[in-house]
Amino acid sequence: MRGFASLISPVYALLLAPLLLGLINRTKAFVAGRRGPPLLQPYLDIAKCLRRGAVYGDVTSWVFRLGPVVNLSVLLAALLIAPLGAIPAPLSFPGDLIVLTGLLALGRFAIVLAALDTGSSFEGMGASREVHFAALAEPAFLLALAVLARVTGALSLTPIYQGITAPVWIAALPTLALVAMTLLVLVLVENSRMPVDDPTTHLELTMIHEVMVLDHGGPDLGYIHYAAALKLWILGSLLVGLVVPLRSGAFWLDGLAMLVGMAVLAVAIGMIESAMARYRLVHVPQFIVGAATLSAVGFILILV
Amino acid sequence: MFALLETVHALGLLSCFALLGTSRIGACIRWLSFQGILFGLVPLIVHQSGFGWRAGLLAAGNIALKGIAFPALLLRLRARADYNREVQPFVSFVMSILFGIFALGLSVWLTSEMKPALPQAPFVMLDSSIFLILVGLFLIISRRNALMQVIGYLVLENGIFVFGVITVVGTPLLVELGVLLDAFVGVFVMGIAIFHINREFGSIEVDRLSALKG
Repeated sequence: MRGFASLISPVYALLLAPLLLGLINRTKAFVAGRRGPPLLQPYLDIAKCLRRGAVYGDVTSWVFRLGPVVNLSVLLAALLIAPLGAIPAPLSFPGDLIVLTGLLALGRFAIVLAALDTGSSFEGMGASREVHFAALAEPAFLLALAVLARVTGALSLTPIYQGITAPVWIAALPTLALVAMTLLVLVLVENSRMPVDDPTTHLELTMIHEVMVLDHGGPDLGYIHYAAALKLWILGSLLVGLVVPLRSGAFWLDGLAMLVGMAVLAVAIGMIESAMARYRLVHVPQFIVGAATLSAVGFILILV
Repeated sequence: MFALLETVHALGLLSCFALLGTSRIGACIRWLSFQGILFGLVPLIVHQSGFGWRAGLLAAGNIALKGIAFPALLLRLRARADYNREVQPFVSFVMSILFGIFALGLSVWLTSEMKPALPQAPFVMLDSSIFLILVGLFLIISRRNALMQVIGYLVLENGIFVFGVITVVGTPLLVELGVLLDAFVGVFVMGIAIFHINREFGSIEVDRLSALKG
């Protein structure tokens, strides 16, 4: 309906999402003084997974096979309503920010069910942690989006992100800065990044996301990796769209600003991961609740 | 002026939440120092029309005492007591942060009730002062450690100071400096008390004081 421009944001996401992971890994390697894997390594990994055949355990049922497919498809659906900064999403309707939250939750639900279906104790533990942290992170996410809706006076993601301009930033500087901090924490939490979860750990006891997918292989694992990249892209674009208030109207300029912003975000995540150690599990809820508090304070600040 | 006050307000709220959610005493003392400097600047911002030596003196006295002298004293005490973190407060850190949100809502409501009586006071500063008072009181009752209780007392003092600066226009300088002196003596006495508690009980957890009941 809005033609060519509205298809830009899903296409960017589908093509470039795994590149973010590559950029993060490259940054971490650079900080550690290594050369690191090539930037396109995540694409190669996914392609390799897709070429393999799948192996299913005898004890697993259809729930296990359904998990990765549902997860990937809900993230593809989420791409249709998540705008890339000023670039509109293909679909936009009042309340789509709640639909986005619901879609992300549904994807997580599918993965958690698949993990429980294997009957492995490690995977059950990972699922339990994932759900525990998600129960704290989702209210924070809704609260952050509610603040943005209140600031811009819109109830749909595309108008909200088109409404975040430089004058709005100047008018509501403390509030928007607080929301940006919340979203940064949520990007780390939802994508199992460093202070919450270590994506490179080899110890099942300390894993969260990685331990849930231990039994998946072949195309299923490829779907999960690709879906994780898409999730990072979607949440990252919500953060970058807030922090880069460039709304020139020329979509190539806005798009360029967003892509540069996403690259900077990936480097920043790599830096955070290099500089911070993983929190002890008991401290993670405190971290997430603290992030939610920032948004709550922001909300009260704009009510005043 | 208003944008500046809003920034002070937001940073002040952040420092309060940091105090509510941090277990490390050293970090708490540094946040307290930041808060003291931040709210010490309020007289300069509010009395912009008469940017005179009076507001300047008040700000300088506050920053020197609450931003530098008290934190330095507390850091020395912490080093002497060798007590680095609040291990288990009476109210957990997550619950403390949730209390902070509740207190913030309460202070906004109270401020909107009080505003008609104090038309010249900026809303955000009135709100900060009530919030600081609530958080200070809460820190005093919810922490086991005597150092954190002194920090709570100073947060409370910050709140009273901000309230005084924005509501009472013509307070004599003597009174304001007298209040500062009181706070200084108060913290000094508390410091000596903590030193003695530490020497007597080998710890600065106030729970141990119940042993005195015999």
